Amino acid sequence: MLRHISLTVNGTRHDADVEPRQLLVYFIRETLGLTGTNVGCDTSTCGACTVLIDGRSVKSCTMLAVQADGRDITTIEGMARNGDLHPIQRAFHENHGLQCGYCTPGMIMAAASLIEENPQLSEESVRMGLEGNLCRCTGYQNIVKAILAAAEEIRSSARVSSR
Amino acid sequence: MAQVKERYVGQSVKRKEDAELITGQGRYTEDISIPGMLWMSVVRSPFANARIRSVDLSKARVMDGVVAAFSGKDLAGDWAAPMLMAWPVTEDIKNPPHWPLTQDIARYQGDGVAVVVAESRAAAADAAEAVEVDYEPLDPAVDMEAAIADGAPLVHEDIGTNKSYTWTLTNGDPDKVFADAPVVVKERYVIQRQIPNAIEPRAVLVQPSPAQGEFTMWSATQIPHIVRVAMTITTGIPESKLRIIAPKVGGGFGSKLQVYPEEALCLALAKRLGRAVKWVETRSENYLATHHGRDQIQEIEFAADEDGKIRGYRCRILTNMGAYLMIITPGTPLLGAFLYCGPYGGEAYHVEFTGVFTNTTPTDAYRGAGRPEATYAVERTMDALARRVGKDPVEIRRINFIPPFTEPTPSPGGLTLDSGNYAATLDRALELAGYEDLRKEQRARREQGTVKQIGIGFSTYLEMCGLAPSRVLSALRYAAGGWDAATVRLLPTGKVVVIVGTTPHGQSHVTTFAQIVADDLGVPVDDVEVLYGDTQLAPLGMDTYGSRSLAVGGVAVHRAAQKVVAKVRKIAAHELEVAEEDLEYEGGRFAVKGAPDRAKTVGELGFSAWTAHNLPDGLEPGVEETAVYDAQNFVFPYGAHICAVEVDTETGKVDVLKYVAVDDVGTIINPQVVDGQVVGGVVQGIAEALYEQAVYDENGQLLTSSMTNYEIPAAPDVPEIAVGRSETPSTTNELGVKGVGETGTIASPPAVVNAVIDALSPLGVTDIGRPMSPERVWRTIRDAKEGGAR
Repeated sequence: MLRHISLTVNGTRHDADVEPRQLLVYFIRETLGLTGTNVGCDTSTCGACTVLIDGRSVKSCTMLAVQADGRDITTIEGMARNGDLHPIQRAFHENHGLQCGYCTPGMIMAAASLIEENPQLSEESVRMGLEGNLCRCTGYQNIVKAILAAAEEIRSSARVSSR
Repeated sequence: MAQVKERYVGQSVKRKEDAELITGQGRYTEDISIPGMLWMSVVRSPFANARIRSVDLSKARVMDGVVAAFSGKDLAGDWAAPMLMAWPVTEDIKNPPHWPLTQDIARYQGDGVAVVVAESRAAAADAAEAVEVDYEPLDPAVDMEAAIADGAPLVHEDIGTNKSYTWTLTNGDPDKVFADAPVVVKERYVIQRQIPNAIEPRAVLVQPSPAQGEFTMWSATQIPHIVRVAMTITTGIPESKLRIIAPKVGGGFGSKLQVYPEEALCLALAKRLGRAVKWVETRSENYLATHHGRDQIQEIEFAADEDGKIRGYRCRILTNMGAYLMIITPGTPLLGAFLYCGPYGGEAYHVEFTGVFTNTTPTDAYRGAGRPEATYAVERTMDALARRVGKDPVEIRRINFIPPFTEPTPSPGGLTLDSGNYAATLDRALELAGYEDLRKEQRARREQGTVKQIGIGFSTYLEMCGLAPSRVLSALRYAAGGWDAATVRLLPTGKVVVIVGTTPHGQSHVTTFAQIVADDLGVPVDDVEVLYGDTQLAPLGMDTYGSRSLAVGGVAVHRAAQKVVAKVRKIAAHELEVAEEDLEYEGGRFAVKGAPDRAKTVGELGFSAWTAHNLPDGLEPGVEETAVYDAQNFVFPYGAHICAVEVDTETGKVDVLKYVAVDDVGTIINPQVVDGQVVGGVVQGIAEALYEQAVYDENGQLLTSSMTNYEIPAAPDVPEIAVGRSETPSTTNELGVKGVGETGTIASPPAVVNAVIDALSPLGVTDIGRPMSPERVWRTIRDAKEGGAR
């Protein structure tokens, strides 16, 4: 028996009838075709499927699509605006914060939430904040560097715009 | 075509492959769908060893959305041959057949016994649950040593033994050297099993074209070219009708250097049903059905003088094959067989490997493949020797290093090394680590008797990579060659396309190969596109593993670009009306000697070649050149890693305080990429030393069955790595390049373990098992204290 949901994804409203057992990540990937959000495990451990729900990072494999009814979701596809990369995306590129790229969308979304919660991030707080996101390629070093650089850029642009 | 003056090689050019990956546009296999495709789900044995009495598919077949269901016996007629094992390391190796689905006995937990195919992922998963298999559980052989004892249960009854092969290598006269030596140290190490854990699980999609008898397979694989050959052998579908594509691949670490049953199954089912078939592995399934790595028991001996100068090396190794021999299962440990002497000298060498079948997931290559195991044995034993002769670990290494060389030099293991200055990397590492200060701090804490003690560990490793010279592979009985290929094509509008036979999954081929070609042709790096991962696009290729892509594939790229230069030089000479020898070539521009204004660029000449209006007589239009490079030797990266740990002597917790990696990987194309490879590898190796182990119980049940109980480190669990390097060009190839993909996992585990032992040495600790969990360290400390009290 299908259930009706209505939600916003990357600024676009979607109405859909979903199977009650469908995970949010498969709704995003297979119903909406937004395949940037990846699946790396079946235990909500790896964080590859991280998206923003109402601005906070959530592993989209931990939720059913029906639970996202009425929510505002941002996926990796919604991070660049008008062709301009988000500062976190740019920082991952500049700092070689990715190799195979599979964990990257989840890392970027987790980072967005971390910076939003605490713009004064330290190396330690970035590492702690990323505990739920696994990367097998980079050893995390350049991911941490990228997030600190992005946080700095976001802080300084906030200072400029508040003048 | 734009002209550029700068050189790209040696610069940290930002990666060309990033844009799609940071925006979610990278397409991995799971992201690809075909209208009307079916989903496959595999029914797997829950038992490590069980006879299959019957498989009842009737309930599954009538479920909603189910299209078909088959047992191993149902599909037996679909196979032309069992799954391919390409490395029969000895003439008398035992290689029992490995069918895509087992037909009689399930030989490990996860062995496939049936498949279902349905209209959706969920319907396939539901139907797999409804398949009823009647198993008769049998006693399993799980522990490797127990498996070769008399009366052990047999993994393959019909071969009458659990020993697959014994392979030996002897140089010099080890028996005499060991009999004569005043000092012999003997050690035993257990290299625990690892689960590779590429973050992208495997996935396969096969699209048939029934009328043409053609099939396109997308697979999350490191080896599309090898998969194609292997699929032809197993399914009988002509190679010319098979196209294999490895799109974006989310990490491999050796686990996708494999030809898997699910690839053969998707192909066979797509052929039977005439519809596209897709399979995506779950992570828990990955732990059972994707090959594991390592798993050895080593006995190693050094014979030495009284001052610690090594005369000979001798080791006996049991190496766990798991339940079947997969593509290079038996050969994987042998990739380390020549390295049980590290970068050290000596006159005698003997190694013996015995491959053992057990009722466990098959093993095969995992980042480093055989070389981390060898390095671990050697670097641990170096410290044991240092203790025995009363020397510092630095000193024992210094007196045993092969002296600096820039010409090919023999090693005790029988290799001809390309170039090396081992002491130089150690010196640099000592400097970066602040070695004297670390020792001072260690002494202070020992005197104060603080709870947290410091230890310093070394690993001065040598590895061989760039797999592999085809003649050497032949001598080692590997079934294929080790060459690789590249094509460089000039487009009429001045852009350049490079097509390579290696296939990346994180290694940055697109950027580094573009840097090489951009320099060779004098064009902007952004004008060079690098294409890969498709057997139709790149007909020649041997794929990516063993740190070979640059050292073999990159040399092919360079040679193809040089062929392009040679061809357009003819056109330049013709257009400028001079002899070829009267041209100077630099930065993509041919100029007449003595008249530098009379010149043509590669781009202009590419256009001339395309119009073909005025070419020299007999010269073919267009510019597209292919080079196939087969190295004459391996390349031999080396380096010195130093790890400083803090051990909490009350809880057993180990923290890495400082980690310094100084590697010499020959000429460096892109420093940022090289550092990224080193750091990622070191962290993976630290995890091997501290956290990761695949654990089976006595029934052959995998206890570490998901990411929740197999401890992959997250960001807070690992330290910052300090990277230094030296750059001694390889003499094996004209680029001077070696390989860097595996140095980190090869070098780091013994550095960490040696550091923990060093921290606990005042308690008399000389050995500790891996991974060094707090519990294991705590028990080691307790046992040492109790032993001391007795």
